[in-house]
Amino acid sequence: MRRFLLTRLGLAAITLFLLSVLVFVGANLLPGNVARRKLGNLADQAAVDQLNHQLGTDKPILVQYWNWVSDLLHGDLGTSLSYNLPVSELIGPALLHSLKLAVFAFVMVVPLAIVGGVLAALKRDRLADRVITVGGLSLAVVPEFVTGIMLILIFGLWLDLFPVSANAPDGSNILTQLKYLFLPALTLVIVLFGYISRITRAGTIEALDADYTRTAVLKGLPRRTVVRRHVLRNSLLPTIAVIATQTGYLIGGLVVIETLFNYPGMGRLIFTAANAKDFPLLASSVLIVGIVFLVATLLADLAYSLLNPRIRYATAE
Amino acid sequence: MTTIDDQAAPIAIPIRPDETKVERHERFRLLVRSPTFLIGCVLAGIWVVCAIFGNLIAPHDPVAPDILSKFEPPSGQHLFGTDKLGQDVLSRVILGARAVLVVAPLATILGTVLGTTIGLVTGYYRGFVDEAIMRVVDAILAIPLIITALLAITAVGPSQKTVILVIGFVFTPIIAKTVRAAVLGEAQLEYVQAARLRNERGYYVMFAEILPNVTGPIIVEFTVRLGYAIFTVATLAFLGFAADPSIPDWGQDISAHYQSINAGYWWPVLFPSLAIATLIVGINLIADSIAHLFER
Repeated sequence: MRRFLLTRLGLAAITLFLLSVLVFVGANLLPGNVARRKLGNLADQAAVDQLNHQLGTDKPILVQYWNWVSDLLHGDLGTSLSYNLPVSELIGPALLHSLKLAVFAFVMVVPLAIVGGVLAALKRDRLADRVITVGGLSLAVVPEFVTGIMLILIFGLWLDLFPVSANAPDGSNILTQLKYLFLPALTLVIVLFGYISRITRAGTIEALDADYTRTAVLKGLPRRTVVRRHVLRNSLLPTIAVIATQTGYLIGGLVVIETLFNYPGMGRLIFTAANAKDFPLLASSVLIVGIVFLVATLLADLAYSLLNPRIRYATAE
Repeated sequence: MTTIDDQAAPIAIPIRPDETKVERHERFRLLVRSPTFLIGCVLAGIWVVCAIFGNLIAPHDPVAPDILSKFEPPSGQHLFGTDKLGQDVLSRVILGARAVLVVAPLATILGTVLGTTIGLVTGYYRGFVDEAIMRVVDAILAIPLIITALLAITAVGPSQKTVILVIGFVFTPIIAKTVRAAVLGEAQLEYVQAARLRNERGYYVMFAEILPNVTGPIIVEFTVRLGYAIFTVATLAFLGFAADPSIPDWGQDISAHYQSINAGYWWPVLFPSLAIATLIVGINLIADSIAHLFER
């Protein structure tokens, strides 16, 4: 187990390093001189040089990378060029907002998708199965902004049930906040449902076809007991893995959903930073998104191996 | 490698041609019978026709503003109404198909060609390069596609070429991973061993022996990626990075009008939204039915 853990951690560290290089190179592709961009075309060249020196953007690229990484390791995420605020002060609240939205969506989608996937597997190849799998997948592949627009039109405009902006008035209670978050969260639910239920269905079908299930059936156990005690316990394993991998995707979706619903989360922060060519903010937030994704997959791998000894021993070889 | 005489005649070990032909025929028959595939073809086909013959079908000029008749609700004159500039929504929806259906397929082809090559090489030779490339793939996959595209496009500036290149390059490692997995399975098989023993060159073994046997996964991957490419092109346009802002574009039209929903103007956003949804669902139904076929 320890060996497994170390291998996984090592791989994650390498991936993280490569990620930081990619993000740095990507964000440094932004054309133009940092100080010139900040001060404008009319600024004096001496002022531009001085600001570049102050920001460290006149140094060689490797030195800049090293400074950026060592600052990051010391917990200093840099200063945003467009807001003139420490990046951590911007990312903190944004992360919290996104987390709230994501948790709300997951709380709704996970039980729904598991029920849907298991139901589809039990009714394999029949109408209910086709409706759940094809319908779920079709909804999942439609871009979030299209799903969001449809929800706004139906629930916001025509039925007038939910507010179309995600921002609850300040100081409103949790129920009001949830009401404001409902449409953006529902957009995520619709997108995620297809993927999660698909994996649950595959896992359940595999468990239904397994020898131990046949043994249980032949032993004369009632179908309900077979499904609950023998099938579900095994079929939910892959679901855990897929839920974690969806977190990375989720943040990509948040860029669009938060922009559409005007919600101040991580996604909109990245979008604003990219538009304003704000390198420190952009690089640090993209890196944090990457870290969140890697940590989530790592945790999922661990949970998966704790629950499934077969994987643990296979990879420890 | 082994020391087989270079003069040795190549040993012909083809699978009996009639057998593969029958199999392919059978596959195709199953495909055109699947309702999922047919519905997908109809949905996607409508938009392909619109993209090609849009000029002939569109009832109005899609880029002719008419300030006197802006935000007109759907009527006999304008079936889908008019937008905030008084442009005919129906015509813009019909011609908007062009914006996605040029960029997305080109990007997908680029990604598939590059990804297949890398996947063949890494899967066949294995070793350090393989490990290194897979780590890079993992790092790229840790950032959502839309954010990578956003980063690259703000850096270089949006244009059809940039959008195609960015999406193509991001797809490359993903497709490489799929192809590599398929190649790993094939490389152990006897026909590959035989080709190696006949002293065939590496690229011959990869492209003439292995490639024809991994076309199934590549076709599936291509159709799935095509759906994602359309998804990404539309989303980028919605975020304000349309490949070509001067031509009608569904994502761009939605982002220009969604603020007006509160004022009750639903038609300039509903119809382009439905267009994107039907096109993407169509492509994915096709992808899904092809994938089903190769799983058999």
